[in-house]
Amino acid sequence: MKTILSRPVYGTLSPQAGSSHLLVADAEGASAILDLARQAPEGFFASAHIMFIPGRTESRFQDSLKALKPAQYYEGPSVAAAMPRLKWTLANAHMGLRIYLAGTEGLIGQVMQAALEAGIDHASIQTEQRGSLARRMQCVHCKGITENVTTQPATCSHCGLLLLVRDHYSRRLAAFQGVCINAEDPTEVPHKEEIFR
Amino acid sequence: MSAGTTKLNVTVTDVVAVNELVKRFHFERTDGESLPTFSGGAHVVVEMRDGDRTRLNPYSLMSSPLNTRDYTISVRRDDSGRGGSLFMHNRVKRGMEMVISYPVNLFSLDLRARKHLMIAGGIGITPFLAQTAQLAASGSNFELHYTCRSEALGSYTDMLRDRYGNRVNLYYDDRNERIPLDRLLATQPLGTHLYVCGPAGMIKWVRDTAAQHGWPDETVHYEHFAAPQPGKPFDVTLAVSKKDIHVGEQQSLLEAMEAAGIDPPYLCRGGVCGQCETNVVSYDGTFKHNDHWLSAEEHCSGKKIMPCVSRFEGRSLVLER
Amino acid sequence: MGINFRKETFRDDFSFKNSPEQVRRFPFPFNEDAYMYAVNIEPHVPGPRNSVFEHLIDVDEHYISEMEDRALVLAEDPLRCQSLPHMTLAGWDLLELLMVEKAKSYPEHFSLTRDGDRWRWINRPLGIDDTFTFGDVSTLPYGPMEYITRQSQGDFAILDQRDGNLWMDAGMVTTQADWSLDFDIGMNFFEWHAPVPLAHEKGIFTRALKFLTNIQQGQPARRLNWTMTINPRLDTSPENFHKWGTDRLTVTPENVGNKVHLRVELQSFWRLPRSNALVFPIRCYLIKMDELVAQPKWARRFHRVLRDLPVELADYKGLTRYRPTVVEWLSKYDDGAPTSPGFGPD
Repeated sequence: MKTILSRPVYGTLSPQAGSSHLLVADAEGASAILDLARQAPEGFFASAHIMFIPGRTESRFQDSLKALKPAQYYEGPSVAAAMPRLKWTLANAHMGLRIYLAGTEGLIGQVMQAALEAGIDHASIQTEQRGSLARRMQCVHCKGITENVTTQPATCSHCGLLLLVRDHYSRRLAAFQGVCINAEDPTEVPHKEEIFR
Repeated sequence: MSAGTTKLNVTVTDVVAVNELVKRFHFERTDGESLPTFSGGAHVVVEMRDGDRTRLNPYSLMSSPLNTRDYTISVRRDDSGRGGSLFMHNRVKRGMEMVISYPVNLFSLDLRARKHLMIAGGIGITPFLAQTAQLAASGSNFELHYTCRSEALGSYTDMLRDRYGNRVNLYYDDRNERIPLDRLLATQPLGTHLYVCGPAGMIKWVRDTAAQHGWPDETVHYEHFAAPQPGKPFDVTLAVSKKDIHVGEQQSLLEAMEAAGIDPPYLCRGGVCGQCETNVVSYDGTFKHNDHWLSAEEHCSGKKIMPCVSRFEGRSLVLER
Repeated sequence: MGINFRKETFRDDFSFKNSPEQVRRFPFPFNEDAYMYAVNIEPHVPGPRNSVFEHLIDVDEHYISEMEDRALVLAEDPLRCQSLPHMTLAGWDLLELLMVEKAKSYPEHFSLTRDGDRWRWINRPLGIDDTFTFGDVSTLPYGPMEYITRQSQGDFAILDQRDGNLWMDAGMVTTQADWSLDFDIGMNFFEWHAPVPLAHEKGIFTRALKFLTNIQQGQPARRLNWTMTINPRLDTSPENFHKWGTDRLTVTPENVGNKVHLRVELQSFWRLPRSNALVFPIRCYLIKMDELVAQPKWARRFHRVLRDLPVELADYKGLTRYRPTVVEWLSKYDDGAPTSPGFGPD
C-alpha cells in the first residue's frame, strides 16, 4: 500500500524496561495486549495499569485482560470518558513510565496526544493498530474534527464541505487532513467509496 | 581551514589557575566588537599553533550565553595526551592573539523539558556552567549533580553553590560520596530531560541505568570530551588528492590531512558528530576505532573511519580524500 | 534614495504589478530547459547589486502592500501564526536577525539602536517607532516572532533541532503555496515534506536534512523553489482553497499574460544563536506572464520547462487545469533557439 512519511506507521507491542507500564486499548486492541503478555517478563503486570474501551468487541476480552492481574484495571465506554483518568495518571507519573497503545488509530492518536501534552516524547510510545481503520479527520477549512470517517471523499460534519481524506497526519491534532476535493470545480461531486473499515 | 564554521580573532585577556589541574582562559574579540551570542552547551574550536604543528581542540564555553564581551573556557591538564592541554597550560599567556571558531552546539538543551537534570563528572562541569546560567536567566527548572575527585580539585563548586543553592548537589570521591543514581532516576516527573558530561565510564553508567529505569533515549543527552589519543605513527595514501601523508605519534589523522592541505569537514574533533566520516578505499592492517559515531558493523566492515580520533596499524591504508 | 514602495492589492481587484526594475531582478529559478528536484542549496552570501541576493534579507517595492495583506490574513485567521511554548527564545533570535539585517541593508528605512537590552526599533515605511526590552515579552505588542514577521516580507518557519531532525515548532505562514501551518506545526522534516511526490525516493530529503542540521552560525544557505498562481494572490492557503480554487478554471488564452503568475520562493536557512534553532525565511516573488516574456530567454526556457514537467510534479504544484493553455500561449515566444546556461536574462 503506497503511503506517505507523515502517515503513522504502527508496530507490534513488546515489553520495555521500565518502572511502570500504562496499557491503553480499544476493541480488538485488547488482543495486542494479550499477545504482549505472552512475552512479558515475570512481574510485568504487577506494575501495569490497563485501560480498556471495549467498543464493538463488547464482552469478548474483559476476562482475559483481568486474568493478567494488572495493578490497576479500568474499563470505560469511550476515549472521551477515559480522558480525565488518563490525564490524572500522566500528571502524577514519573520518568520510567512506559506507554503501550493498541487498537484503532483514533484511540492511539488521542491517547498519544494526551501523552505529548504531559511531556512524553512520541518516539518512546509503543503502538499497534488493530481493528477498524476508520479515521479522525480535521477539516483544514473550518478546523472541525470529524470522527469515524470511513469513506473517500468524506463530508465534514461541521461545515459540510466535501473533503479529500489525505494520508497526511498530524500527531498534535491526532487527525488526518481533509481538504476540499472540489475546490477548483464545485460542480464535480466524486462518488463516496467506503475504504477505511 | 574550512569546516563550515567562521573564525574569530581573539585576544587572551586572562589566564587563571583554578586548581592544580585546571586553568581558565578568557577571550575577547581582538577588534573590540561583541562576540557572537550562543546557546548553552556550545563549544569553540581553539587553534593552537605549536611551531610547525597546528592542533585544533574543542572546548565547551562555560561563560554565560548572555555575555557577549568575554568567552571563557576551562582546560584540564592531561599529561599523557597529545599535548593540546599542555600547550594551553604552558604556552598560552595573557595578551596572546589566537583564532577560535564560532560557537557550535552539539550538546544542546531540550527546551521542551519540564525539568533539566544534569550530571557532571570532573571537567565535564564546563558546559553545565553555561547551561545553568541560561536556564537560571529564564527561570527554568534544573538540578545539578556534580562529582569531583576532592574539594581541592572541585572546580567552581563555590560559585555554583553561591548562585544556585540547593539546586546543586556535590559529591567528593575522596569522601566516598556517590550520586544516588537509582533514586534520582526513579523520582523525576514526566517531561524531565537528563544530561550527562564527564568521563566515558560515568556516561556509560548513567545511560545504562537510565535505560533500565525506562527513560526513553530521546530524553538522555550526553557529551563525551573525547580527545584524540596519541599512538604509533602510520602512513596513509589519499586517493582523491593523490597524496601520501604520515600521521605522527602526537598527531591525529585529521590533523595530518589538514597539514597536507586537505580540508575535510569537522565540527566536534572528538569522534561524535560524524562530520569527518571518511571512506576507506583499501587497507592491509588493523583499525583502532576510538569514535562514538560509527556502528559496531561499520567498525568491523573496514569501510569507514573517523579521522579525528581513530588510528591505524599495518602495511597500507588508502582513503577516499 | 530608498525604495519606491508601491500601493497595490493581492486580492479583490489584484492591482499588483512589477516595475521594470523589479522584473529585471526577478529570481528566475531555471538554469536549464528542464526541471527536476535537486538538493540545490548554496551558501547565502551577498550577490550582485540590484539583484534579490544583494542583501541577505531582501526588502522590495512590494513591502508595504505585502504587510497590509498579511495583516488582513491574520485578522481573518490568527492560526496562521503559531509558536509552541518552547520556541519563544528562537522568536527573539529571529527578531534580532531581521532587525539587524534590515537596519544594516536599508538604513534610510530602518534603524535599530541598542543600549544593553533596551532596544529602539524604527520602521519608517510602516510608521513604527517602538522601544522595548529584549527578552521581555510584556514590552512588545505581540510575541517576538509575530512582532517582527508582521514587518517582514515572506513566510517564516522556525525549526527546533532535536535528535538529528528538524521540527517545525513555530511559524508565520500567510503567503505559502498551499500548506497549512496549523496542521503541520510539530512535524519533523520528513513528515511535513511527506506530500511532495518523487523527491523521497531520490533521497533528496535525507541529504537535505544532513546538510541543514549542520548549518552553523554565520553561514546561512539558500535555495529556490517555484510554483504558479492564478492572479497575484499571496494567500493561496489550503484553509481558503475552497474560495480560491476556482481561479484555476478561469484561465483563457486571452488572459494568460495578466492572470497567470510564476511564483518563486527564495528559501534561506539560518542558524539562530541562543536557541540553536534554524529559521527558514521563505520569500515570495510573483511575476506575470506578460512581464516574464519581456525577457526572451526566460520566455523560451519557461515554455520548455512547463511543457516537459512530469505529470506528478504538475499535479502536486496544482498546475494541471491550466497547464495546456499556458504552454500554448508561451509557445508563441519560443522559436526553438538555444538558451544560454544560467538563470539571468540574456
